Amino acid sequence: MSSAPFPVALNTFREAVRDRVLYNLIFFALLLIGAAIFVGQISIGIERLVIINLGLSAISLFGLVMAIFIGVGLVSKEIEKRTLYSLLAKPIRRWEFLVGKYAGLVLTLVVNTAFMTIGLLIALFYVGHPFVASDALIFVAVYFILLELALVTAIALFFSCFSSPMLSTLFTLGIYITGCFAGDIRDFGDFTKSSAMKAITRVIYYLVPNFHNFNAITAASHADSVSLSLVLQNTLYAALYVAVLLVAASAVFSNRNLK
Amino acid sequence: MSAPAIEIVGLTKDYTVGFWHNRTRRSLDHLTLQVEDGETLGFLGPNGAGKTTTLKLLTGLIFPTSGTARIRGRSIDDVNMHREIGFLPEQPYFYDYLTARELLDYYARFSNFTKAERGERVGRLLERVGLTSAADIQLRKYSKGMLQRAGIAQAILHDPQVVFLDEPMSGLDPVGRREVRDIIHDLKKQGRTVFFSTHILSDAEMLCDRVAVLAGGKLQGIGASGEVMSLEVHAMDVLFELRPGQDLPPGLAAKVTRIGARCQMEVPESELYAALDRLRAWDARILSVSPVRPTLEDYFLRLVGGASNPAEPRTHAVEVIAP
Repeated sequence: MSSAPFPVALNTFREAVRDRVLYNLIFFALLLIGAAIFVGQISIGIERLVIINLGLSAISLFGLVMAIFIGVGLVSKEIEKRTLYSLLAKPIRRWEFLVGKYAGLVLTLVVNTAFMTIGLLIALFYVGHPFVASDALIFVAVYFILLELALVTAIALFFSCFSSPMLSTLFTLGIYITGCFAGDIRDFGDFTKSSAMKAITRVIYYLVPNFHNFNAITAASHADSVSLSLVLQNTLYAALYVAVLLVAASAVFSNRNLK
Repeated sequence: MSAPAIEIVGLTKDYTVGFWHNRTRRSLDHLTLQVEDGETLGFLGPNGAGKTTTLKLLTGLIFPTSGTARIRGRSIDDVNMHREIGFLPEQPYFYDYLTARELLDYYARFSNFTKAERGERVGRLLERVGLTSAADIQLRKYSKGMLQRAGIAQAILHDPQVVFLDEPMSGLDPVGRREVRDIIHDLKKQGRTVFFSTHILSDAEMLCDRVAVLAGGKLQGIGASGEVMSLEVHAMDVLFELRPGQDLPPGLAAKVTRIGARCQMEVPESELYAALDRLRAWDARILSVSPVRPTLEDYFLRLVGGASNPAEPRTHAVEVIAP
């Protein structure tokens, strides 16, 4: 295995760390978690539920914003700014560059999510919530959020290889929203009497990633259990989708002329 | 026998244009040329001639429609070919959140140097391009000249045998241009092959063993810089000085430019001796006689049919003398 993706990943991480916009995002995410304390305190008896719900939603939402908005620029920005010209003249294959960029953004998302999770735990601690075994579900929910973000990043990267940031954002967001309602879309097709509509909704259901499966926020806040098989299934599902998307992105980008 | 440093055979590049991508525009048309090890080749041509397209093809940034190229025996498709080359893109732009030291360290990582080797190399290169004092400043605060120097440093960081420079003097002030010329001279002395594109003819005249002229995507000519310079002698340039208050001798066929006591005239070679005889008879002091050779610019303009408008002022054989 070539080591070329590692410097690219570290540089992508460094770029994100030095970007002031990122700090604004983290600030607002922590602010939202802080606000959860306030909302929790006026929600008599369901403090824990409200804080975990709002906190995890904030982590998911801000992670999503970062994954999409940084992801769609991962390749296109390098082409637009021509930073790629001197880099690709070095002994690095194009797929290695893509893998590096992808890994760098995922690393950034992991670090940010970790910070925000710590913020959430501090918020829970602040309101005097005694930590119990079911709180481990928060980590499961965070893990699912990370899987979701990894998948969204791969989609954004794929579009970034051949499309403008604006269009890539629209495509990625479109797929994400469709993926969140994939089950409903399939059911809608089943309700209609049209076999064509049924076929179309089935294709959409199987083609777009089913993001609904990655939502364990409600389970974490209500202390419902999450089966180990779901954890494994989601992990495998995300890994497979990411691999397919990275291969597709490499195939597109490896043949692209950098005019 | 070792492979040539650069071997290009029939390299052609078409771009699709139009809303439906249904038309093609030929940017490079069957380019064939060879550059030997240690040679410095100037790649001349007006804007849009295909110089940058050639360099992008050779560095793997774009892919040829047809034709092949090899660098030191390796195909341009081979990733290991990139270990042999260094590339400075035109008007380089780098990650502006990095310092020059960080940028060079980043690029050095692709050549599998150890941390200690990277530190040593980066420091040496920064010193060589005169950026030691600005090494820890973010590139977003760099001037164009400083960016160009950082660009040259990254191009030669891993001691490549073949160095591609796309318009390396573009946008630089005279001091910056001289510094870049010195670096190219150094590379030449070290036996590296330098392939640089330019539309500044005086730079090519000064630095190149050979020049290739490209226009409309086609190679118009290639030859030793000296050969091109001595293709033919148009006329003779005579510089002479008159005594105070003295007029020009009568009957001089050539057009004379006079500034104070000093005069310059350009005469056809066949009339040189007659003109010199007249000046001697007039007791004028002859300061110099030199052949007027076509400059690279003349060569260049002749090949491209005078259609171009080089940014650099025309270099004259006439010396400008203050009165």
